Amino acid sequence: MSGIQVIVHKCVGCGVCEQVCPYGAITMENDLPLFGPECTLCGACVEACPYDAIIIVKETSEEVDPSGYSGILVYAEHRSGRIASVVPEIIGAALALKKDLGEPVAALLMGKDVSAAAAELLQYGIDTVYLADHPDIRDFEEDTAAEVFAQVVRMKKPAIVLGGGTVEGRSLLPRVAVKLRTGLTADCTELAIEPESRLLKQTRPAFGGNIMATILTERNRPQMATVRHKVMSEAPRLEGPVTGTVEKLKVTVPPSALEVLEFVEERSDTVNLTEADVIVSAGRGIKDPKNLVLVEKLALAAGGALGASRAVVDAGWIPYSHQVGQTGKTVNPTVYIACGISGAIQHLAGMKSSDIIVAVNSDEHAPIFEVADYGIVGDLFEVIPEMIKQLGG
Amino acid sequence: MSDSRMEQPLNLRLAVCIKQVPDTTNIRINPETNTLMREGVASIINPFDMYALEEALRLKERYGGTVTVISMGPPQAEAALRDALSFGPDKAVLLSDRAFAGADTLATSLTLSAALKKLGPFDVILAGKQAMDGDTGQVGPGIAENLGIPHVTEIRRIEAIAEDRRITVQRLLEDGYVRLRAALPVLLTVVKEINEPRLPSLRGKMNAKKAEIPRWTAEELGLKPEETGLNGSPTQVMKIFTPPKPEGGKLFKGEVKESVATLLSELTGAGILLGKGRGGAR
Ligand SMILES: Cc1cc2nc3c(=O)[nH]c(=O)nc-3n(C[C@H](O)[C@H](O)[C@H](O)COP(=O)(O)OP(=O)(O)OC[C@H]3O[C@@H](n4cnc5c(N)ncnc54)[C@H](O)[C@@H]3O)c2cc1C
Ligand SMILES: Nc1ncnc2c1ncn2[C@@H]1O[C@H](COP(=O)(O)O)[C@@H](O)[C@H]1O
Repeated sequence: MSGIQVIVHKCVGCGVCEQVCPYGAITMENDLPLFGPECTLCGACVEACPYDAIIIVKETSEEVDPSGYSGILVYAEHRSGRIASVVPEIIGAALALKKDLGEPVAALLMGKDVSAAAAELLQYGIDTVYLADHPDIRDFEEDTAAEVFAQVVRMKKPAIVLGGGTVEGRSLLPRVAVKLRTGLTADCTELAIEPESRLLKQTRPAFGGNIMATILTERNRPQMATVRHKVMSEAPRLEGPVTGTVEKLKVTVPPSALEVLEFVEERSDTVNLTEADVIVSAGRGIKDPKNLVLVEKLALAAGGALGASRAVVDAGWIPYSHQVGQTGKTVNPTVYIACGISGAIQHLAGMKSSDIIVAVNSDEHAPIFEVADYGIVGDLFEVIPEMIKQLGG
Repeated sequence: MSDSRMEQPLNLRLAVCIKQVPDTTNIRINPETNTLMREGVASIINPFDMYALEEALRLKERYGGTVTVISMGPPQAEAALRDALSFGPDKAVLLSDRAFAGADTLATSLTLSAALKKLGPFDVILAGKQAMDGDTGQVGPGIAENLGIPHVTEIRRIEAIAEDRRITVQRLLEDGYVRLRAALPVLLTVVKEINEPRLPSLRGKMNAKKAEIPRWTAEELGLKPEETGLNGSPTQVMKIFTPPKPEGGKLFKGEVKESVATLLSELTGAGILLGKGRGGAR
């Protein structure tokens, strides 16, 4: 039987598993854990057990022969030929994996009139660009894109497929994974090769960043993952001559059921939170919508985008596109400046992985200070104008 | 049914996928053991799914039809469905079986789509942008692929469904939004911006209490043991750990002018230059 099992002679009845179970599925009976129907086999108890007494047994289904699969394929997301900024980061991660795996790195570029972008991709030091240049592969038509993507994977048999943890990547790759009946790990923040098995170790935050999980795709191929934006270091551009090559692919392009009517860019410099290196966010501490300009001024002075806590969005002071957190955007800027934000767990989920966190809050005990690298305890109505002044804003 | 708000009778068959998740507001890390503490963590409907449900109810009000809510989960997920019923959908079905436990997004989307096939066909299937425990957002697109229908993620607005049964939606992107049109059927995942969920009515609550919620197993869905739950999941959790606790940062409590000056010079020291010309977005 597959499922969760207790190695009775190892278990001492300490009850740690009961405490750590996020689903409350464990009760201790006669000094042994009893797993209720609430158990989702999440594995939290397996990890926590100090005596290695809990294991998860999986019935092995049909074996997929992994030997036919090799190399790493990076999905080169782009908009009308403009490569997405997450792509050099994924290539950076892929090249790091190549060191341990010793297999080539290729990129998949598909779209209409995208040859120029293919040349650009080679500058990041990859081995091959698979180019599917076709007039009927259009931006945002992901049903079509998924079909072409899957064709290429079937043709080239990469061991690993990586895409961006972007709006597009997180919509397109799940479809491809289902077509290929393989595993996909979302929004990874760390990738590595396990030396013995040569499997891809995919590490990602779950439960709003409260726990990290390392995930393997053991039997199915390819091993697929999306990569969180702004976490991995970009591959540097080659200084010498380009050695990689472009391989044009013949693909069959089915029609899309989707029709793009219009793309509306939100131009303001202060809105593109996922791309911003600096984010200045406003919380309920700003007290009144008219004070938002103050935080906006700081964002401008610091050269950053304007974020907000949900409290500010729900109050209707700023549009939802600015919301950072569990029900808003996940951001990874170099600097995140939280102004009058208490640091609720749901807010932290969206910004905790920023490189440097600065908090301005009048309450010394606000939880935001627990994650802040630098904190100013003080009245934001004094601190922010001073910051603007000193930044020459 | 003649409703004054109805724009056009299209008799839509609507489905909503909801997941019961632990209310992470109450999840804290035990600072001593560095493990997840659950002190009577309540279970809630995944917040994004509440917006999906509300949108389905609004589509029913606008165009007529029926709303079916489904969830895959342990037996107690029935409570989430009962909760959902109090807002007024027509029907709820629970997919529950030991064989579903340990499902990753591939197995989950396969199981849910098997149920949607059995209950359907549907015109519009709504799901949340992502679930709060797994945070993957992969199940919605996965269901669409299994059903062979298109999907659009991160919907912030459903503009209209025309007489020719084509739907126009707005999808939120990193740098703006895109307006798309699709012929039904379609699967949509929604963000919070899309609406403000209503409160349950007293009558809804009463009805929900009495409602029969069928419970389907793998067998009833015609799924094989190797297709569901842990066995049907290509991904496997190898290790779970708590992220390293951030080291205490520097707190400045003194005079404002000085605090700000020290902060900015520390940032400069760390190689970070704040300032106008640096550009918010690359
Ligand atoms: C399911 C769910 C999902 C959620 N998703 C999100 C999400 O995505 N993003 C999000 O942000 N929240 C989210 N929340 C809400 C979250 O729990 C908090 O309620 C919210 O983040 C609080 O916002 P805040 O910090 O701005 O307000 P508050 O918690 O009210 O904090 C205001 C802070 O400002 C400080 N302050 C007041 N006056 C001053 C002053 N003059 N100078 C300096 N400091 C001052 C106070 O000390 C306080 O710490 C979610 C909640 C739930 C239940
Ligand atoms: N077990 C489940 N039962 C019903 N719906 C689910 C389930 N898991 C995920 N979903 C739906 O898929 C969305 C995305 O979930 P996820 O891919 O797990 O982040 C959720 O918001 C739900 O609408």
